Amino acid sequence: MADFNVNLRGVGSVSVIDVKGYLDAHTAPELENVFNKLLDGRQYKVVVNFNELKYISSAGLGVFMAYVETMRENMGDIKFSNMKENVYNIFDLLGFPILYEFYNEEHEAVQKFNN
Amino acid sequence: MNSSKKIFEKELHVKSTTENLSSIREFTKTAAANSGFSEEMVGKIILAVDEACTNIIKHAYKYSPDGNIFIKIIFKNAKFSISITDEGIHFDPNKIPEPNLNEYYKSKRIGGLGMFLMKKLMDEVKYSTLTGNKNQVVLVKYLST
Repeated sequence: MADFNVNLRGVGSVSVIDVKGYLDAHTAPELENVFNKLLDGRQYKVVVNFNELKYISSAGLGVFMAYVETMRENMGDIKFSNMKENVYNIFDLLGFPILYEFYNEEHEAVQKFNN
Repeated sequence: MNSSKKIFEKELHVKSTTENLSSIREFTKTAAANSGFSEEMVGKIILAVDEACTNIIKHAYKYSPDGNIFIKIIFKNAKFSISITDEGIHFDPNKIPEPNLNEYYKSKRIGGLGMFLMKKLMDEVKYSTLTGNKNQVVLVKYLST
């Protein structure tokens, strides 16, 4: 069932991951594959664009927890952008805003890496 | 129409695969919306049920796809109650510590968030062991009028 889609693209030196649809325990491995690909390619500056993500469960949140430290240890980060309110509320409930940067627009998050 | 007077009962039986999470969510969504919950609240209930079933698939059945998950939703007197029963390995929810995000960050542990979310999203979360080695979690949300 194609209820989740993940796409990887480069914006300058930053890797942007577009997530679309439903991110749950069934679809989270697809997102992990993309992060593993980034690590293989030593790409540590990541922006996740949530514009088309409708739903996230803790299995999806766990993926970001699993990779963020490695990115930061290598002068990178995982930053979030374009998140819908219902999705942001779940991140907020778990205290993510203390540990992660959230931006309204993708270019703001990309810009932050270039500063 | 006073939706709090509505009474209904719905059941769903699925096998323990993560592939079934989408149909579990759809089933829960229809029942919660028909009970008169707001879209925001429906979203919270769906997530709590997803987390409970994900825990069962992961911990009770250890990802074995042949296990049974029985979901029963009862809406009565403004009480929306979801009972989820499995026949897998019993796990004690009290042994799962409250997650501390800073600790998670350091240790890269990625479990326990689901239980925390369920408790945050619902009014009641109760675990029990039934006869015949069955485990049951009951999630409750009250419809405020």
